[in-house]
Amino acid sequence: MRVIISDQTKVQYRYPARAVGILGAVMVIVSIFLPWSYGQGALDDVGFTGAPSPLQMFVVILPVLVLVLLAIPLVGKQRLGKVAKVVAWNTSAKTASIATLVTVTIALAAIAIELKGLANVEIGGWLALIGAALAALATPFLPDSPEPTLERVKSPKWAQIVGIAVMMAAVLFAAAFALNQTDAGAFLTYLAFLVGVVLVLRQFGVMGWIGIAGANNNRVLVMSAFIVAFAFPFTQDGSDANMSIASQVLIFAAAALGLNIVVGLVGLLDLGYIAFLGAGAFTAAVLSESAFSTIDFHPPFIVTVLIAGAVSSLLGLLIGAPTLRVSGDYLAIVTLAFGEIFRITMNNLDGNDGPNVTNGSNGISGIPELNFFGFDFGEVHTILGVEIGRFANYYWLMLVVIALIIVVFMNLNYSRIGRGWVAIREDELAAEAMGVNTFALKLLAFAGGAFLAGVAGAVKAHHDVSVTPDQYVFLESAFLLAAVVLGGMGTVVGVLIGATILKLLPEKLRFFSDYRLLLFGLLMVIMMQFRPEGIIADERRQLEFHAEDEELAEEIEEELITHHAHLNPERKGFEL
Amino acid sequence: MTQVTSGVGHHVDASTLLLEAAHVTMRFGGLTAVNDVSLNVHAGEIFGLIGPNGAGKTTFFNCLTGLYKPTSGEVRFAGAVLPPQPRLVVRAGMARTFQNIRLFHNMTALENVMVGMYSRTKTNAIDAVFRLPRHRREEKESTERARELLDFVGLTGAADMLSRNLPYGDQRRLEIARALATDPKLLLLDEPTAGMNPQETRQAEELIFKIRDLGLAVLVIEHDMRFIFNLCDRVACLVRGAVLVEGVGAVVQNDPRVIEAYIGAPAEELPAPQVGQPGANPGEGIADA
Ligand SMILES: Nc1ncnc2c1ncn2[C@@H]1O[C@H](COP(=O)(O)OP(=O)(O)OP(=O)(O)O)[C@@H](O)[C@H]1O
Ligand SMILES: [Mg+2]
Repeated sequence: MRVIISDQTKVQYRYPARAVGILGAVMVIVSIFLPWSYGQGALDDVGFTGAPSPLQMFVVILPVLVLVLLAIPLVGKQRLGKVAKVVAWNTSAKTASIATLVTVTIALAAIAIELKGLANVEIGGWLALIGAALAALATPFLPDSPEPTLERVKSPKWAQIVGIAVMMAAVLFAAAFALNQTDAGAFLTYLAFLVGVVLVLRQFGVMGWIGIAGANNNRVLVMSAFIVAFAFPFTQDGSDANMSIASQVLIFAAAALGLNIVVGLVGLLDLGYIAFLGAGAFTAAVLSESAFSTIDFHPPFIVTVLIAGAVSSLLGLLIGAPTLRVSGDYLAIVTLAFGEIFRITMNNLDGNDGPNVTNGSNGISGIPELNFFGFDFGEVHTILGVEIGRFANYYWLMLVVIALIIVVFMNLNYSRIGRGWVAIREDELAAEAMGVNTFALKLLAFAGGAFLAGVAGAVKAHHDVSVTPDQYVFLESAFLLAAVVLGGMGTVVGVLIGATILKLLPEKLRFFSDYRLLLFGLLMVIMMQFRPEGIIADERRQLEFHAEDEELAEEIEEELITHHAHLNPERKGFEL
Repeated sequence: MTQVTSGVGHHVDASTLLLEAAHVTMRFGGLTAVNDVSLNVHAGEIFGLIGPNGAGKTTFFNCLTGLYKPTSGEVRFAGAVLPPQPRLVVRAGMARTFQNIRLFHNMTALENVMVGMYSRTKTNAIDAVFRLPRHRREEKESTERARELLDFVGLTGAADMLSRNLPYGDQRRLEIARALATDPKLLLLDEPTAGMNPQETRQAEELIFKIRDLGLAVLVIEHDMRFIFNLCDRVACLVRGAVLVEGVGAVVQNDPRVIEAYIGAPAEELPAPQVGQPGANPGEGIADA
């Protein structure tokens, strides 16, 4: 994406580039008051004059960002003060204008596809496209800003907490809006917008600052994240469809977090992980009071969960003990085979080829709803005037499970055990040579990860009502692995994001379902090319603010400014 | 600085035998990389191991530390036979650094050192998951000790830096700190100054003296002759897998066979030179790191 333009050219053309960029941004902003399409029914009706649709209101945020980022520096460094130096105006304007162009293009493509033909794009749409293209062409001619150092600026605690709260509110709002997009085109447009905004904020330095704020107020961050997640069902107004997706995302995410220990922390490639989820699900199904249950032992769910986890981790030990001594590739092959063996075994435990445990390919259906102290998960409850349906109940349960998993994960990660794990990932031989019991730790990770998957599987059995072997195919293992790799190995937030993307996209883009695998393959290739560490990189650093950091920040700032001095020979404004 | 010139005579208790390697031989197929090497290292002494490239010095280290199981021979440490398993060797009290730095790159300097404490700490998964008092106490102690060790090797400010972002010389020192964290009685250093500039080499020299003054014995492989003869109480020269000469620095230094081994011998008689001669090409090691 990087256009190579020499620094001289950039200095030379910086004023016209800024002017053209501003013009383009204004054109896009104006365009939302004009109709984008002739017919109705494309996106969420973008055919009105003077009345932008909600989607357009979102989309216009991008050109507004371009405008603001380009215009404010014109005011000049002196008047803006110190803060202006620590953020990256020009580069974020570039990102914003490219994001605008991408978003507008997707919107127009969606109109063209949904209304059958580009002829249906009206004046507003073309204006937006031309404006976006102008901005995207002009802004690369601006000199690059130095990396933002906003994160190094000391900010008061209340500001950090407000920052976190605002971000969380934005996340909730964005997620609720995203789930309510039923139209694939609108969803994609919105997605492009979201990605764009996140990239711009990151480029500008806000994300770095939020990262520090979050690290400094870890509890606030975690608490508010859970409050937001907890509040989510209330934004859905009883919509079971969305809550079903959301609860599936959480189950998937729980399993991905378990896999993240094995793959992300220890660096073991496990291609059969779905089997552990399946083992948990089958255990819970068999122990449930389903009419198809084959065992006459039905403990309360809390016991079932522990048994399910134990069965899974036992399987983990069984498969791990002989294979974890050998290195990398073998493990991948063995686990791959194990996943298949599990599925086939479950198919064969049908009373014909073996004892009847699972009813073979029919699986176990009619698994009863969970019931905690009289709270029936299958019933609709009205809380605060909002209908909370069946899936919302399971969603909340999974939220608790995920919270526990995250606590386990984090506590292990920042302990002697976690350090041993990461050391193995980084350099197994050196870890062993430093006294780490690598075999025992790998086995522990394997069993522990399997336990978490087993727990998630137990809830899944009740959530899905039925458990069949064909839910646990290799493809699911691959998706779990993709969620971990895409999100960022070894991180919690990254894996949650990765799991959300991988589970949500196929649900929202049924339209693409035939090309699902192709798209994921592409996505992975692109990620590996441009950001191999995943969406969130696992940086094991302590982000605490130290007193000496401020001096360091000033130093770095000075250095950057001197370094970039040749880019702004007459330093009237800055980085112009 | 005054320390640097002092050589012999710092033994804590020269009579205690710490490491006894007896007739250690390591063959790779037809190649005998280490041939019947016997060496003794006493408590509190600095022992130098020199020899041309490919002489088998690193292989010998690997035999001592359990990374290789010697084809024949025996390694005893503090009287007991060492099991050929790296982590048990560490437990017994022997820690090493690597010729090509092998830090945990995506961990902070502090965490690298704390990994070194693995075998000396006891927190198990249950303690950690529930953050039991034992875990928290041990965590606090380990963190403090790790910071002390970073101070000791001169990396005070670098605790929270990812080790891959450290300058090359600091990475070498961090490796030493990590090895010290295993609480060893004997420290094995594989070319600790490879790729360092003269000033850093000086610092490394001082650091090794400081380590010896803590009462540790040091077995060090080096190519830098000045460094070795400044530092070591005794020196052995390894050529083609076998000990050629062993003795106090000055004797080995002036032994004609040693000089010949390094510069005089016809090329075909020496093992083929390997890539990555840190002594010869200081920049090389950086590429490794
Ligand atoms: N794992 C192995 N398999 C086969 N040959 C090996 C192995 N390890 C070392 N060798 C060979 O053993 C010989 C000794 O190598 P070693 O690395 O011990 O030399 P060195 O004295 O440390 O040399 P340098 O000064 O270059 O570090 C070399 O010829 C090397 O190629
Ligand atoms: Mg060597």
